[in-house]
Amino acid sequence: MNGKTRLGNWALQWVFTGPALLFFAVVVVVPFLLSIYYSFTEWNGVSQDVKWAGISNFKYILTEDGGFRRSFWFTIRFTVTMVIFTNLLGFVLALLLTQGLKTRNVLRTVFFMPNVIGGLLLGFIWQFIFVKGFSTIGEKTGLGFFELPWLGDETTAFWALIIVSVWQGAGYLMIIYIAGLINIPKELTEAATIDGASRWQMLRNITLPLVMPSVTVCLFLAISWAFKMFDLNLSLTQGGPYGSTESVALNIYQEAFRNNRLGLGTAKALIFFLVVAAVSLIQVTITKRKEVEV
Amino acid sequence: MDAKRYSPRTLILEILAILLGLLFLVPFYFVIVNSMKTFGELLRNTASLPEAFYFGNYLKVWEIMKFPAVFMNSLIITVCSNIGLVLISSMAAYRMVRHPSKWNNLLFACFVAAMVIPFQSIMIPLVKVASSVGLLGSVWGLVICYFGFGVSLNLFLYHGFIKSIPREIEESAVVDGTTPFGVFWRIVFPLLKPMTVTVVLLNSLWIWNDFLLPLLVLNNPYLRTIPLATYAFFGQYTKQWDLALAALVLGVLPIILFFLALQKHIIEGITAGSVKG
Repeated sequence: MNGKTRLGNWALQWVFTGPALLFFAVVVVVPFLLSIYYSFTEWNGVSQDVKWAGISNFKYILTEDGGFRRSFWFTIRFTVTMVIFTNLLGFVLALLLTQGLKTRNVLRTVFFMPNVIGGLLLGFIWQFIFVKGFSTIGEKTGLGFFELPWLGDETTAFWALIIVSVWQGAGYLMIIYIAGLINIPKELTEAATIDGASRWQMLRNITLPLVMPSVTVCLFLAISWAFKMFDLNLSLTQGGPYGSTESVALNIYQEAFRNNRLGLGTAKALIFFLVVAAVSLIQVTITKRKEVEV
Repeated sequence: MDAKRYSPRTLILEILAILLGLLFLVPFYFVIVNSMKTFGELLRNTASLPEAFYFGNYLKVWEIMKFPAVFMNSLIITVCSNIGLVLISSMAAYRMVRHPSKWNNLLFACFVAAMVIPFQSIMIPLVKVASSVGLLGSVWGLVICYFGFGVSLNLFLYHGFIKSIPREIEESAVVDGTTPFGVFWRIVFPLLKPMTVTVVLLNSLWIWNDFLLPLLVLNNPYLRTIPLATYAFFGQYTKQWDLALAALVLGVLPIILFFLALQKHIIEGITAGSVKG
């Protein structure tokens, strides 16, 4: 290769990949590397001096910070519950809409619709439903379920968040499950019917193993939504009552931007990253192993 | 499955599905119906249709929220971010697919790996970096942040798509003496259109609804996007449900219309985007 084309090749490389790399580096890579450094410092964000603090932030978080531990425990309970229910509902909706219903296209739109609205606005919408709507239904029907103080009590506030996030996420997962269900070869289900398999046997032994690729994707998505919940949390419960529904993401935000303890907030954020990455990795490895080739 | 006869079982399932669908719509019913009532009527009967359709709430909210300006902010941010993201990620993905050097493969791996980083774990240093390079408090700064956060997924999607395009099409153009830019813009880029549609729709839903990043970057009330303006509005008018609900309907309406108009593409895009992930 002569000098000129090598130079030309070099220039082309940078013209094509340079802009992407530049923005990615400034917005993601540099902050990510800095976050490792800031985790070991004491820094209030206002003054310029950032003091080296060793591992004291991590020590504080792991031994003394009850608020963080509580938000972590809340996030885990929330994630497990939300992932299970969203996937179950998404899968059931997908099964329903692949049964040759006449209204399937309209219904697909309806089930998906909550998902196009952002978490912040959804939270405000449901705040109204829980505060005013439910109490009205309660008065009219006399059902105790609707007369609970939905956002004012620890347990019900937890379930309020679950209800809204399942309502929001199920339609999205439904779309992915539908794509998976449609891809199941017809010969397999026909053969099973001829062999006299019951509906339940078909579901367990044919449908479920064959939609495992969709399950991998859906679990991954739901886990990441649940772990990172912030907007909905802020607008629906603000972490209340008494911090009982404060997600890790909200806790990090409050520590950094309300309490102005940015070093401590960054340390929490680093722990958060490690947990999210580990959980996602483990989940994908496990479910990938369950996928079967057709 | 369409070939199956419409059996009684299907009818039962159909009814069940429709009931579920109605249940999904109940929250929308409550919000829309009550946004057209006066405050007194809203408190008296929350469940019923309004006695008379009252649009006063909307007129007030339109003014207080400065809705046209807020809408334009959201629109400008979404459109500019999309244009930039499509350009930078399609170009980079093209180069990485056609020149899979060690460096490019490593680079691609980094972009993909970064997708697991939650936004909240880098937002604190991001604010620091953004302020030191002058990205805070401006629409451009926010758009550049979207370039950085969106490029991983966009590049990944384009990468998968470009791999499926046969090289021969480009090679004949090279023989004809077209420059590498010409090849990309005139031949490859038009072929990417289906993926470009997917990418733009996915980005739009994300950017339009995003709350935390604009909250951190746009510290200027004149630049507020719809989610920010709604948040500010709720802070000021807590429990004034008549106004708050009208604000919510206004805030939700554009994205719902966008979805209804393009739902076929959006749903296809989600299928394409997630199955590859």
